Amino acid sequence: MSAEKFSNPVVRWIDHRLPVFSMLDHTANDYPTPKNLNYMWNFGSLAGLSLVIMIVTGIVLAMNYTAHVDHAFESVERIMRDVNHGWLIRYIHMNAASFFFIVVYIHIFRGLYYGSYKAPRELLWILGVVIFLLMMATAFMGYVLPWGQMSFWGATVITNLFSAIPFVGESIVTFLWGGFSVDNPTLNRFFSLHYLMPFLIAGVVVLHIVALHRFGSNNPIGIDAKGPQDTISFHPYYTIKDMFGVAVFLLLLAGAVFFFPNAMGHPDNYIPANPMQTPAHIVPEWYFLPFYAILRAVPDKLGGVLLMFSAILVLFILPWLDRSPIRSARFRPVFRIFFWLLFVDCIALGYLGAKPAEGIYVVLSRVTTAWYFMHFLIILPLLSVFETTKPLPKSISEPVLSARSHNTGVGQMAPAE
Amino acid sequence: MASPKRTPASSDKDVADPKKRDFIVVATYAMAGLGVAAVGWPLINQMNPAADTLALASTEVDVSKIAEGQAITITWRGKPVFIRHRTSDEIARANAVDGSNLRDPEEDEARVQRPEMLVVLGVCTHLGCVPLGQKTSEVKGDYEGWFCPCHGSHYDTSGRIRKGPAPTNLEVPPYTFLSDTIIRIG
Ligand code: HEM
Ligand code: FES
Repeated sequence: MSAEKFSNPVVRWIDHRLPVFSMLDHTANDYPTPKNLNYMWNFGSLAGLSLVIMIVTGIVLAMNYTAHVDHAFESVERIMRDVNHGWLIRYIHMNAASFFFIVVYIHIFRGLYYGSYKAPRELLWILGVVIFLLMMATAFMGYVLPWGQMSFWGATVITNLFSAIPFVGESIVTFLWGGFSVDNPTLNRFFSLHYLMPFLIAGVVVLHIVALHRFGSNNPIGIDAKGPQDTISFHPYYTIKDMFGVAVFLLLLAGAVFFFPNAMGHPDNYIPANPMQTPAHIVPEWYFLPFYAILRAVPDKLGGVLLMFSAILVLFILPWLDRSPIRSARFRPVFRIFFWLLFVDCIALGYLGAKPAEGIYVVLSRVTTAWYFMHFLIILPLLSVFETTKPLPKSISEPVLSARSHNTGVGQMAPAE
Repeated sequence: MASPKRTPASSDKDVADPKKRDFIVVATYAMAGLGVAAVGWPLINQMNPAADTLALASTEVDVSKIAEGQAITITWRGKPVFIRHRTSDEIARANAVDGSNLRDPEEDEARVQRPEMLVVLGVCTHLGCVPLGQKTSEVKGDYEGWFCPCHGSHYDTSGRIRKGPAPTNLEVPPYTFLSDTIIRIG
């Protein structure tokens, strides 16, 4: 029966035995999608595209890269100078990693603003946080591969975070290193894992999509679609909208790759790794800076490490911290103010993470760190109880149709409640 | 279409002795668990230091060329080791404080074999950067020993943590004086 959807007899023959075409059709064609999605809903498909770009450029980089402390730096320089189009491929890999994080951060803040983490999408949200964690691990290990000064010292500082764990910390760090310092065994395993993890991410992305399609996309007003009058089919309406986003994204990525390829990197990483000398001012990649600021805000080693990891772990329990039944910030005037405060707070943390840990910067890091946790642990639970929310529209179509009441033909469609 | 009727062996209720059934189930899981653990361990343990990495674990160094007030950095197990020929002033300063009041309480004499030759790992106990202070041109921090630029830890002339996020003193590696001038580290 499902095979009759397809006119091509070969497709029909295959689909009858292996229903991949039905699956694709269900996922990206027939799939009913709320008709009021705005451009904030473009970032999911952009994240998927970024992952594909990373995997494709990564696999070809790996064909020219040597994971050995004596050769890694030179092999990357060889990619840049001698390998055909090597410079292009590496610059795409480097810059698309940054773009991937920009896209995912926007995607996450979109979820925070429109309450997309709320029932019934808790697992969808949690899978997203898992992807985010895997991405951070992947990018961290990738940054180690060119074996420059920032690679080496970033790897040293980050692996040493685990030494804060009481009793077993030192053994864990030795285990991660495969020796007594960051060295060749470390570089080898990081390359192996850097190759593996994007495919794990791809696996979790599949689960993420399965969970998404269970209840469909949330939307800017955060109420469920009540029937066919509230939805349109994904294809061609959102495929074309996503394509527009893709075009803008690729334009910006090309701009970075061709005109500012090193703007988001650090010049010290073009100095070969030297285990005997730490650069005067070490900073992680920009996308880790807010977490780095939290780490350094605490004067205690274990405390700093725990707080840094908690900053991400708190996202896992977010659906149970914010108990307000209203999803979208559009109908939550107080929440909306706090959302923007959190946004500014995260930007401030990122700025502070890049500054030396002294004087006023330490004080500000502490205030912004405290605010980050207060937002999730105190303000959101309180708001769920005390906030007076605005009345919700009856359906997704209603606000649109009442604004254009002359459009009577469509206005007849009453929400099926 | 599927009939709810089960074959006798598929339901605990129909078994003559359900306890026996439970035992078999638990034993099967236990055996499978043991098997997974036995195969998993080598896969995990391969990440620990290999035999050749462990074998490289000692270094000999001639300290006779280090003038008083100077320091050298050598490599041991891929890490920097600081060897400082301390001046009497530096030794006096290290002994002037009551070691038991420090963050990581330790007296200077417990950290040296010969007071003039201080041997410590040049690895900040916070997150592993190499502190500055080996060269005379480098900053030495508030306590005239070493200063870690990464997150601002200050060490004194005995390599003890005095200020900043590092939790413990610079580690003293195992070493022996093979003669008056040769030290073996490790
Ligand atoms: C989630 C996807 C990925 C992310 C976020 C990511 C991130 C990174 C980053 C940040 C670098 C350092 C770039 C630099 O500064 O030079 C890097 C390098 C590298 N990555 Fe990836 N990567 C991903 C996927 C992959 C895949 C699938 C491969 C395939 C094997 C790969 C292979 C490499 C290689 C060989 C290098 C070293 C060459 C270089 O430094 O340019 N990456 N990666
Ligand atoms: S690593 Fe030395 S202060 Fe952090």
